Amino acid sequence: MTKISLVAFDGTRFDVDAENGSTVMENAIRNSVPGIEAECGGACACATCHVYVDEKWIEAVGSPEAMEEDMLDFAFDVRPTSRLSCQIKVRDDLDGLVVHVPERQA
Amino acid sequence: MTTPIETDVVIIGAGPVGLFAVFELGLYDLKCHLIDILDRPGGQCAELYPEKPIYDIPAWPEISGQALTDRLMEQISPFSPEFHFNRMVTGFRKLDNGRFEVETDEGELFHAHAVAVAAGGGSFQPKRPPVPGIEAYEGSSVFYSVRRMEEFRDKDLLIVGGGDSALDWTLNLQPVAKSVTLVHRRADFRAAPDSVNKMFAMREEGKIGFEVGQVTGLKGADGKLEAATIKGPDGETEIACNRMLPFFGLTMKLGPIADWGLNQHENLISVDTERFETSIPGVFAIGDINWYPGKLKLILSGFHEAALMTQAVKRIAHPDQKLVFQYTTSSTSLQKKLGVQ
Repeated sequence: MTKISLVAFDGTRFDVDAENGSTVMENAIRNSVPGIEAECGGACACATCHVYVDEKWIEAVGSPEAMEEDMLDFAFDVRPTSRLSCQIKVRDDLDGLVVHVPERQA
Repeated sequence: MTTPIETDVVIIGAGPVGLFAVFELGLYDLKCHLIDILDRPGGQCAELYPEKPIYDIPAWPEISGQALTDRLMEQISPFSPEFHFNRMVTGFRKLDNGRFEVETDEGELFHAHAVAVAAGGGSFQPKRPPVPGIEAYEGSSVFYSVRRMEEFRDKDLLIVGGGDSALDWTLNLQPVAKSVTLVHRRADFRAAPDSVNKMFAMREEGKIGFEVGQVTGLKGADGKLEAATIKGPDGETEIACNRMLPFFGLTMKLGPIADWGLNQHENLISVDTERFETSIPGVFAIGDINWYPGKLKLILSGFHEAALMTQAVKRIAHPDQKLVFQYTTSSTSLQKKLGVQ
């Protein structure tokens, strides 16, 4: 198990034990983190699981692939730290990861 | 007066469940017309994930959304369903003779014994970009599609997005509009490389403007747009414009069906689990759009619902006929309908 934290827009912090190989989006849905809609169910087809990766974690998480970058065009208030949480897979070196939920999904 | 199209069943939505309903209804000699907002069959399977594999279709260890759609189209072809694409169902009423009338935004009327709502997550509609106050300009200065190019003649046009729609309309409207500025949040595009190259060439020639950034605000009054604020990597700029065309993809909304008076449960249509009938007898809801205790949004659940709904529809359409349950494996009459006898 890897510990990850999701911070809702109102500041509520959800500390979650996540299974390696699961996506950050799946953990958000399982723990009812508000603001993550994941309309398409994780197919990288909707941009409604948009998160901001905490500055400290940007390098470890890495940058989006081309398809995810395309999908981010549909998200609201996209920043350099933006990712779709369905495309971030939990792994050992992400232990302690923090992501922030934006004000709204598109 | 429009002459109504007379049929047995109107199916709203041509996704996998709507398509399979044609098969089940067809086995019982019920003719279907399907209405869909998209320009082709398949619903979410075709629009959201045509190339993504699906792993839980019985007997298909792996099949893509598009392949599933193609197979269903092949399977239902013996029943010659009639498709009406690029249309949204707007009107609905019960007629004095007990049948239903369904109207589309193209003005067509359908009369049917039963209506099957197989609308999935709702109808695909253009996504509204997250710009404060944009609603006030919709329909007067902000448009989500181009119906007639002439409407943009001699206008200062702002096009937002990085896909094919945004690029195609930038290229096509440039000769018509007074000015065209394309805004996209990055210098990479989803659109076809050829269109992107053409766009950059036009920009070199000074025929269009291109800004990297996101629209954060609109200026104007009484629905008349005057300028847009663009937040880019180097801060905010203002671009004068009186027409804006945002292309931010599609989202799903229940749409006018929400106003039919059907009982709902969290934006889904409540049905029973014997007939999958809504609170209006004769109106059914199958697939992701319906809700009942224990509901799972699976394609296979929708297929099951279509089969059970068919039994109820048959009783409504042909109350005098005895319902005989048969298997396609052995029934010569079903095989005749399928064209294999």
